[in-house]
Amino acid sequence: MESNESNIYRNKKPLFVFLIPAFIFMVVFLYYPFVKNILNSFQKITSLGAASKGWNGPWYSNYVKMFNDPNMRTAILNTIIMMVVTIIGQVGIAVVLALMVDNIKKGAKFFRTVFFFPIVISATALGLMFNLIFLYDKGMVNQLLEMLGKGTLTDWKDTAHALVVMLLPVMWQYVGFYFVILITGLNNIPEDLYESASIDGATRWQRIRYITLPMLRNVICTCVVLAVTGALKVFDLPWVMFPKGMPLGKTWLTGTYMYYQAFNTQDVDYSSAIAVVIVILGIVTSKIVNKVFKEADY
Amino acid sequence: MKAKTKKHVSPGMIVIYAILIFWALTTIYPIFWIIINSFKAKNEILANSFSLPLGDLFTTSNYKTAFERLNIFSAYRNSIIISCTVALVVVLLAGLASFAIVRYSFRLKKFVYSLIIAGMMFPVFSTIIPVFRMLNTLHIANTNNLWLSLLSVALPQIAGNLSFAIVVLSGYIKSLPIELEEAAYMEGCNAYQIFFKVVMPLTKPSFATVAIFSFLWSYNDLFTQMFLLRLPEQRAITRLLNELTAMEGTNYGLMAAAVALVVIPVIIVYIILQKHIIKGMTAGAIKG
Repeated sequence: MESNESNIYRNKKPLFVFLIPAFIFMVVFLYYPFVKNILNSFQKITSLGAASKGWNGPWYSNYVKMFNDPNMRTAILNTIIMMVVTIIGQVGIAVVLALMVDNIKKGAKFFRTVFFFPIVISATALGLMFNLIFLYDKGMVNQLLEMLGKGTLTDWKDTAHALVVMLLPVMWQYVGFYFVILITGLNNIPEDLYESASIDGATRWQRIRYITLPMLRNVICTCVVLAVTGALKVFDLPWVMFPKGMPLGKTWLTGTYMYYQAFNTQDVDYSSAIAVVIVILGIVTSKIVNKVFKEADY
Repeated sequence: MKAKTKKHVSPGMIVIYAILIFWALTTIYPIFWIIINSFKAKNEILANSFSLPLGDLFTTSNYKTAFERLNIFSAYRNSIIISCTVALVVVLLAGLASFAIVRYSFRLKKFVYSLIIAGMMFPVFSTIIPVFRMLNTLHIANTNNLWLSLLSVALPQIAGNLSFAIVVLSGYIKSLPIELEEAAYMEGCNAYQIFFKVVMPLTKPSFATVAIFSFLWSYNDLFTQMFLLRLPEQRAITRLLNELTAMEGTNYGLMAAAVALVVIPVIIVYIILQKHIIKGMTAGAIKG
């Protein structure tokens, strides 16, 4: 296959020693469980860690159940909202911040370090932190509003505010992440493109519109795919701030609902089916994003 | 150069800096707020959370309570054991596998590589239930044995990080000049010696990136711990934090102190190693 293969590596025996340990790990803890989980979603399993008690009748009954489960509907709807928020909020804000940092002369490195910072903190700790920030009586936000002259306290965790209060921290945490990816992309745009545009008399805004954004298109596409699939993986922060879909099942996400079904109701096969839906959602949405970006014209 | 900078200090620049500084404040201030409040009594947190903990306001009682009531040290120890194991095993196995994929040619090479890429696509939700059952049947998870329980968390986390690690490391190993390996071969080294004595030292920066990423990812991951660590004394640090709301839901000072205790070591590590961390996390994200 490769012509530049060195003599050293003609003897294939070490190859297996090198490759097999990693491969065993992946087969045992990824590929096999992944397939097994799909099968599980068609079977009857009544407690976590128990063997299945045969096939469901009809075998697809969990998927039918999902259609009639109002919580699952909320979970999917919230997850889609989360995806939109991550595209607009995370990637959108990140693009704006990256373009700004690309135009400044001093402090670019400082902003990179600071913007990235929330990502290394555990979402569990951030969840507790935001619990204190949005505390009813009286966390940071309510104290701030009081100082600004607001007389009454707002319950940020009631049904009217819960979804926003859950989405904001998740969005906020990952902005810096897309920011770094975009900044790397911006640095890869050759400088002479800008120079020739300047000679032609392009304004700063025109340069962004006609050079930067089109050149950045693939990077933005990657970011949007990451944001959308990332939205499906969110668990820790929502679970710490709004466990069990509180209040009144308003804040379910596909991930938290899957955990709840496995642990709290012990409906393990249903939980497996939700996990399958999460995978399908991930594949479908990333295909859609790729398609949109291929067809869109700048 | 100086003239150039001066020319660009326009009103537009001031707006740009104002917005950038605003966003920087949203990332720093909340953590700062938690840390200052961890040194105040509960009623002071609720009355004036914005003031610095100076004079009468200052107290270390939250930290005393945290160390007395919570098994902070054992949770730290558990976390560090799990995350170090994950980082070490990932680096070793992924290093070996990347070396094999880059330097050897064999049938099914393309297939093996696409299997590895596919490994990045599986969300943890879609594998955790069968993994739990398997570890449970093997009596690794859900036992009274602390070491086995910690191992049960480490195993799936290792598998979850291998794909990304192989992608990052093989990219790096590919860029190494093969002449060095050939020279070592001439001097009588076999393939294993070449890997450990030539390739591994050269790949150090990339290994560091992968190790740090795997460590942090494992340290921060709550979901796997929720499934696999069942007994209170086996809890690792994020699991302990998660239980805190249920145990001490209204003891806000204690909560602030606990968050600070978990976050501060990470902040220190981040400040020292930020270059590697940012590189690792973004490379790891092309995960998925």
